[in-house]
Amino acid sequence: MNALHHVLHAFFNLHSFTLAIPDVWAGFQLNLKMMVIAEALVLVIALGIAIVRGLPGPGAKPLRALAIAYTDFFRGTPIIIVAYFVGFGLPGLQLGFISKQSFVTYGVITLTLVYSAYVTEVYRAGIESVHASQRAAARSLGLSYWQSMRYVIVPQAVRRVIPPLLNDFVGLQKDTAIVSVIGVTEAASLAQQFSNNNGDFPSLLVAAVFFILLTIPLARFTDYLVAQRERRERAQAF
Amino acid sequence: MSENGNSAGPFVDVDNVSKWFGDLQVLDHVSLQVQEHGVVCLIGASGSGKSTLLRCINMLERVEEGDITVDGQCLTKDKVNVNDVRRKIGIVFQAYNLFPHMTVLQNVVLAPRKARRVPRGEAEWAARALLSRIGLEAKADEFPDRLSGGQQQRVAIVRALAMQPKLMLLDEITSALDPQLVSEVLALVRELADSGMTMILATHEMAFAREVADKVCFLDDGRILEEGPPDQIFSEPREARTREFLSMVLAGGRMG
Repeated sequence: MNALHHVLHAFFNLHSFTLAIPDVWAGFQLNLKMMVIAEALVLVIALGIAIVRGLPGPGAKPLRALAIAYTDFFRGTPIIIVAYFVGFGLPGLQLGFISKQSFVTYGVITLTLVYSAYVTEVYRAGIESVHASQRAAARSLGLSYWQSMRYVIVPQAVRRVIPPLLNDFVGLQKDTAIVSVIGVTEAASLAQQFSNNNGDFPSLLVAAVFFILLTIPLARFTDYLVAQRERRERAQAF
Repeated sequence: MSENGNSAGPFVDVDNVSKWFGDLQVLDHVSLQVQEHGVVCLIGASGSGKSTLLRCINMLERVEEGDITVDGQCLTKDKVNVNDVRRKIGIVFQAYNLFPHMTVLQNVVLAPRKARRVPRGEAEWAARALLSRIGLEAKADEFPDRLSGGQQQRVAIVRALAMQPKLMLLDEITSALDPQLVSEVLALVRELADSGMTMILATHEMAFAREVADKVCFLDDGRILEEGPPDQIFSEPREARTREFLSMVLAGGRMG
């Protein structure tokens, strides 16, 4: 009974919880910043890679291979290792501009590299799910390959993959905490510092609450989109 | 007078064309001529090569042997711009294939705007005129899933017509429709034939073929086994396979 009491006190001390909020909130601004920039970049870059991966013809084979190598590598490597490579590797290369960025920028680069690989696969599944007859219809009207992609295939593909794509973004939001390993003083690292100084853990709970509050709206929005789509498809079936 | 100055020859000339899907030969030395303003119906069982032939003429499929010439332009020999060729050939499919994320109007104006660079206002004006011709102007801003099958198929025909094609290929366009919706689509095709559109139809509607076609071709196993004027093909078919096919269609109640 005494042990439980100690644990409860160490984690759920309201006084300590309240004290930690300003510090952790200050760090959380960085999480939000990294998240927004990385998500915007991922949306664009992943679509580009997915399209390259689907390019037809033997001439595009090297490009396709490159896209496959990219997704294989960054999906397979733990993000913490990518963070070390980017955060400590790029500055060490002494490549002028590239090596003189802030830790936050390296954090964004890490998140973008890794999550672009995931989201590429999501886009690719979406593009492949559009029936071949849609492409045939577009091409037979005299639209070029690119025009067919731009106006017919990609818009349908993107609509279909929005739920799984948002799901990956929930992962990205949480992984903004991982890049603290390269020295970004974001919410999780500040919470840990606070915890070390104070000798208890409510600050970590504060960080957890911030992350949860951020992901819940996104999760509900995803649910809403899925439900809306199901309604639409059911209406079509009749 | 055709654009490429080859007004003497047939508008469409399929010359000894063969095609394989892997080991399976789907077209076997097929030759077919269609005169300008002519209407040719392809009949035959599913898998006899009707659709493949149409898709070859529209360059959706590659021809392995033989030549196809449309409007004086050889599609198989010359270095041709596929998109240019397709802009003057409209094709309509069995499954309509409207773009589900676009309204009816957007479906119709997409290709004129993007492939022929017609200004938006002009393209929309022309599209609405076409839609009102088929009585669907009120549906212009609906999405395709709000339309019946017959309406969707008529929109698909209008979408192809909006490119002002010189040739229309219709690939079993009534096969996916409920029987009561077939006539509204056929009425539109009849109107096209009367207006002088050059057309090749793959169809199971024998009565309709007999009515609109100048020439009927019976395909069997990738070959054109018999061709002739509709009265001859339907009344006195020469080939045993043609007679067999027609009697089976008749038994199925599709002679109308």
